[in-house]
Amino acid sequence: MAGKPVLHYWDARGRMECIRWLLAAAGVEFEEKFIETPADMEKLIKDGRLMFQQVPMVEIDGMTLVQTRAILNYIATKYDLYGKDAKERALIDMYTEGIVDLSEMIKQLVICPPDQREAKISLVKDKTKNRYLSAFEKVLKSHGQDYLVGNRLTRVDIHLLEVLLYVEEFDSSLLDPFPLL
Amino acid sequence: MCETTVAAMAGKPVLYYWDARGRMECIRWLLAAAGVEFEEKFIETPADMEKLIKDGRLMFQQVPMVEIDGMTLVQTRAILNYIATKYNLYGKDAKERALIDMYTEGILDLSEMMLQVVISLPEQREAKISLVKEKTKNRYLPAYEKVLKSHGQDYLVGNRLTKVDIHLLELLLYVEELDSSLLAPFPLLKALKSRISSLPNVKKFLQPGSQRKPPPDMKRIEEARKAFKF
Repeated sequence: MAGKPVLHYWDARGRMECIRWLLAAAGVEFEEKFIETPADMEKLIKDGRLMFQQVPMVEIDGMTLVQTRAILNYIATKYDLYGKDAKERALIDMYTEGIVDLSEMIKQLVICPPDQREAKISLVKDKTKNRYLSAFEKVLKSHGQDYLVGNRLTRVDIHLLEVLLYVEEFDSSLLDPFPLL
Repeated sequence: MCETTVAAMAGKPVLYYWDARGRMECIRWLLAAAGVEFEEKFIETPADMEKLIKDGRLMFQQVPMVEIDGMTLVQTRAILNYIATKYNLYGKDAKERALIDMYTEGILDLSEMMLQVVISLPEQREAKISLVKEKTKNRYLPAYEKVLKSHGQDYLVGNRLTKVDIHLLELLLYVEELDSSLLAPFPLLKALKSRISSLPNVKKFLQPGSQRKPPPDMKRIEEARKAFKF
């Protein structure tokens, strides 16, 4: 009741981690209620707090929000991390969606059964480098600024940092060809 | 960085995609609902796709891509959000936007499941169709019926038309195509479907001859699958 956002999720990164990152980057203290048993999940559902019976769910400013993007967009707007106008927002959204796709691809690999993993690894590495990292390096090269959009910190810089750390965890050599990243 | 087509310079958005619904259809709907004329350049061969990529116009080598207001945008949500903001279909403040986003994301999740049915291999299709029907009936339609019931208004958010009403109408039409009995238990959704369909711009888009795309033709999908390797 102190006004802090409350995050409902498992004690894991999953789809909540990007939200934790954004709140932290904005300097916002938050609380977490971890789902530990199926009964915890059933209770949230039974209490009607999960619009689509799914988490992440965040209680913030009197709202009970689900859907990662809805939550991120609200936080970014509230803490002025969403650019200065619609065109900046369009770039932020475009870059963010690419980052989400890249994160998803790496995540899928991590949870992939070991026998299928080997085959997928080289595809993931190829896309990471040639589709995603090169695209973001190109953005930075194009304007030479310290931030991806609008010459100041926005949410997409935070999303990008987070995914670069995951890329590094996966295979740090993937970052080698990208000095600006 | 990228050539601006004549159409784009004339002010009309230009949409790049296959001549199919896919991930572009929701964008067509939103532009149409906003009363915005747009042009389309259809990808017909792998060479068309390769050219777009080689010309550096697709940030992640993917479509949809839309040229609008001097920008070359990819990523469906980025495009939708920009259009919605520009044409004042995104609510009046951050809290309305949060509801719009939350509701939109649910619609996109179900739409994605429906898209997976279309592009899945024939042997997987039956199982995926069952999943879609089950989620439609038990998860998604009840959630939106509940929203409408909670405030009794004609639109999902803020008592006026926003992007999410258009997204929902589009979805309800696909649900109807899949199995019209799925809508039967949801009177408020049926009423919304009727109301939004009657809005002038929407009504026009629903007429034959508009840029709305027909249901997928499985034969064409299989041909595209071979050509574009998905």
